[in-house]
Amino acid sequence: MLMLPGDASDQEIEELREQLGFNDPLHEQYWRFAYNAVQGDLGNSLYFNAPVMKIVLERLPASLELAIAAMLVALAIGIPLGIISAVRHGSMLDMGSMLVALFGLSMPHFWLGIMLMLFFSVFLGWLPTSGRGTLAHLIMPALSLGLPLMAMFARLTRSVMLEVLNLDYIRTARAKGLKEIIVISKHALKNTLIPLVTVAGMQFSAILGGTVIIETVFAWPGLGRLVVQAIFRRDYPLVQGIVFVLALIFVGMNLIVDILYVYLDPQISYTEDK
Amino acid sequence: MNEKSSGLLYITDEISPRLRLMADTFKEVARRPSALAGGVFLVIIILTSIFFPFFYSVDPLDVNLLQRFIPPAWQEAGSLTYPLGTDNLGRDILARILYGSRVSLVVGFAAVLVAEIVGIILGLISGYYGGKIDNVIMRIADIFNAYPFMLLTISVMAVLGPSTFNLILVLGISDWVTYARTIRGSVLSLKNKEFVEASRAIGTSHPVIIFRHILPNVISPLLILGTLRVGSIIIWESGLSFLGMGVPPPMPTWGRMLAEGRVYITEAWWLVCLPGFAILLTILSVNLLGDGLRDAFDPRLKNI
Repeated sequence: MLMLPGDASDQEIEELREQLGFNDPLHEQYWRFAYNAVQGDLGNSLYFNAPVMKIVLERLPASLELAIAAMLVALAIGIPLGIISAVRHGSMLDMGSMLVALFGLSMPHFWLGIMLMLFFSVFLGWLPTSGRGTLAHLIMPALSLGLPLMAMFARLTRSVMLEVLNLDYIRTARAKGLKEIIVISKHALKNTLIPLVTVAGMQFSAILGGTVIIETVFAWPGLGRLVVQAIFRRDYPLVQGIVFVLALIFVGMNLIVDILYVYLDPQISYTEDK
Repeated sequence: MNEKSSGLLYITDEISPRLRLMADTFKEVARRPSALAGGVFLVIIILTSIFFPFFYSVDPLDVNLLQRFIPPAWQEAGSLTYPLGTDNLGRDILARILYGSRVSLVVGFAAVLVAEIVGIILGLISGYYGGKIDNVIMRIADIFNAYPFMLLTISVMAVLGPSTFNLILVLGISDWVTYARTIRGSVLSLKNKEFVEASRAIGTSHPVIIFRHILPNVISPLLILGTLRVGSIIIWESGLSFLGMGVPPPMPTWGRMLAEGRVYITEAWWLVCLPGFAILLTILSVNLLGDGLRDAFDPRLKNI
């Protein structure tokens, strides 16, 4: 990208460098970024010539909407699939759903997106190929982001559930004569949830990372597509700002996961003298 | 370890332990049909990617504008000259997929190797020396983890510029944390064992203890972990390629074929289907093999 006319004089170039702060030592540039960032000022985008914070906040809801929808898809399909597989361990149902999960893990999500697009938009003409607005726009991007994660949740739920079902307290619950459905949904599921919450929290960042490609495929107006465009336009303040905000969200997610543990597992406590 | 401590058994054993371990590995994998299928398929894919020029020597860059958008041979309008059809510039798709397999396999395995080496060295140092060094390395690991993998790779690739070497380096270095954590844990549980104390007592230097005595005992889960990661790395490689940040043109890559084909999705379905199938098949076989290895040798890794 050219920020000055091609025939700009050395003096003009020098003035711009000074104005953008490129002449200061690196640690000063970094300090200035950090100093401003904690006050909510991420600098100005070179391409849009507008504050990075404003642009990021405009695009953030679209990305979050997509990420949350994908997470819901993954959890809503993955966990039940894993539970059924564990309870009917070794059955055709188990093998079938694990085969689906294996394919889900082996498929690049952007290719899945393109295949969905080919099938539902080009062949059937049911769903719009790109853009954001209605629920119909959300279906394909959310599915393609969510299905690989669904596969992971299904496998994880199954393996944890299988372990839990072998524990003594489950045998006790069954010996008490409780209905199988209560044993599984009340007793076993609770202990299965802990590792799931960890992984779900960690994978939320993978989803945010995944939006980079999926948003490009479906022309979804979020941060992911913006960061790719910003990289190609060499709009470094914008790239830096987007990465900064996404990293913040990720750290925040980890904190929420840590707090959730305490509610899910009374054995975990963050107070020393307990 | 038991065998090593009772010297007699160790000496009378004719086959070297390493060879026996390899034979055992092979037997364990062969017992699982899905792992065997994955392994065999992976070998076929690797051999094909090395030797295909002997059987199919079509130039993947050969542009022929009169032969654009020819569908695969099994379609009505297809021809046997182009078994998988041609793209928007009349380039042969089979040749491009074959050349693309080299990129994906080389980048996938090389990046995992880089990650393993960095992870193993840092994990060993961290676990063995403990204290301040451990703290520094683990905090750096936290920083790497606090950063979405995809964002890290694309932002670094954007700064470094696309090249195969950069790609391997970036993917490898972004992925060292899991290896370092795993190996650190095993080192922590080993470093106070008698055999380590004994060699320390006779004055063996730290590097020799680390690499001769500890490393061989902790490396096998790392190799399984590596196999499990190859698939994800290949997916990321094709993703970066799809965004135009992978191996630079003109080298055909699966990701770039998908990105180019996406524009013609309404006219030529094979442009977006076939390279994707190539990725799917490759990763499916790697994953089947990796799952089999893990189930056979280290069920503790099940949740990773």
